[in-house]
Amino acid sequence: MVEITQLSKSFPTEEGERKVLDNINFRVNTGEFVSVIGPSGCGKSTLLHIIAGIDEADDGEVKINDTANSPRLGHVGYMQQKDLLLPWRTVLDNVILGLELKGVAKSEARQKAMEHIETFGLKGFENQYPFVLSGGMRQRASFLRSVLLHQEVMLLDEPFGALDALTRHQMQEWLVNLWQKLGNTIILVTHDTDEALLLSDKIYVMSARPAKIVMSLDVDLPRPRTHATVTEPEFAKLKAKLLAQLHEK
Amino acid sequence: MKNNPQQFKFPQARSYSWVTPAIILLGLVVLWEIWVQFGNIPKWQLPAPSAIATELVASWSLLLHHAYITLQEIIVGFFLALALGLLLATAIVRSKILERAILPILVSSQTIPIIAIAPLLLIWVGYGLVSKIIIVALISFYPIAVNTIDGLKAINTDMVAMMKSLGASRWQIFTKLQVPTSLPYMFSGIKVGISISVIGAVIGEWVGATGGLGYLIKYSQPLFLTSRVFAAIFVLSVMGVGLFALGGLVEHLMLPWYYAEKRAKSSNQ
Repeated sequence: MVEITQLSKSFPTEEGERKVLDNINFRVNTGEFVSVIGPSGCGKSTLLHIIAGIDEADDGEVKINDTANSPRLGHVGYMQQKDLLLPWRTVLDNVILGLELKGVAKSEARQKAMEHIETFGLKGFENQYPFVLSGGMRQRASFLRSVLLHQEVMLLDEPFGALDALTRHQMQEWLVNLWQKLGNTIILVTHDTDEALLLSDKIYVMSARPAKIVMSLDVDLPRPRTHATVTEPEFAKLKAKLLAQLHEK
Repeated sequence: MKNNPQQFKFPQARSYSWVTPAIILLGLVVLWEIWVQFGNIPKWQLPAPSAIATELVASWSLLLHHAYITLQEIIVGFFLALALGLLLATAIVRSKILERAILPILVSSQTIPIIAIAPLLLIWVGYGLVSKIIIVALISFYPIAVNTIDGLKAINTDMVAMMKSLGASRWQIFTKLQVPTSLPYMFSGIKVGISISVIGAVIGEWVGATGGLGYLIKYSQPLFLTSRVFAAIFVLSVMGVGLFALGGLVEHLMLPWYYAEKRAKSSNQ
């Protein structure tokens, strides 16, 4: 469970303080898939940085599983658009990085990782360097790195933004399957309305800077959703609502 | 023929990159030989390559004796420089105060010509190996330190955020992200450092020594043993090239990922 109350954040600039996040409130239940959508540069990444514990808020509170402002680094998974695999480590040694940092023995960590290698579509590539892999595979390896740490809450910052459309669709389906299997809590930041509607239980719309939550939309489309879902009238209705809010000036 | 441009490609050009310079060098040596032979140039002024080769064989044990001394100075001096360079680079990158305190001194120290310090070292530590080792270390630690500093600073902030979100401590970020990132830079510094360490050893021997190839050159020249001077220079350059190649070999063994990626990228273009 993630609960955010009255979160605000400013950054100093040459022209004085610039407010990036303005009184953000939302709640994500355990096992829920929530998307945050908004114009680019609205502070979505700052929000994720604060939830992940990489950055601190000026005001407000982040509660993970009912513990307020607990140390979050290492406990909240954070994935970016760039896969950020270390080029000097093989795929297998990349995915065990989190376990290794926690002090798990390499051989034990590798064994654990090998149990998942097939699910993540990396079989046969364990001992390759990351540059050999396709964009989708690299992104999956980056997921596995977080999954192995048992990070219950996962923050995804436009993870498929750099992939081609077809690979993106495959990755979206793969992600939903994985999420249903693992049952973890996911917060996805995106500016792709289709992606948000296809994947989420709930969507929060953020305004331009200083960002506020201006809309919360429950996506009650039945699962499993496929790429045919986008042509259904229910989908179109929700998308229209979403777009109307996003284009409001 | 025009329909078959493939024929003109030199498919393995990369792996034979030493062929062209070798041919040019060989051509120059042949020209030199012809010039000396047919131009009646006296041997004390400029010996022919063949005369130098003869000298190499004849004075082999003498050359080897002095080369051994020079090599000792280089190796000990270089490893001293490596240890000092890496230590300083780490200290400077990990502490802002040290960066502000040490870096300007480090940079300005490089404006002092080594040749001016060398006689002082003779006064302080004498004519033995130690003064040469210090000169080699002084001259070669700088490129190692500067390149390693650049490498340790070359990490990107997204990578640091990723490491933090996986729960990495500051020390773990240093050892598992910063150090590996810096290695290719460090090896650039090592290759420059090891090349100029040969110069350092010769400078040291020139100023005052009891052995070494620089010493041999200095004392053969007034006797007009010009072929011996050339033979010593030849041994020195072989030593320099060999040490550089050794640095490159260690780099390839330590950074297999770096070269695999480079090869894959260049073959895609």
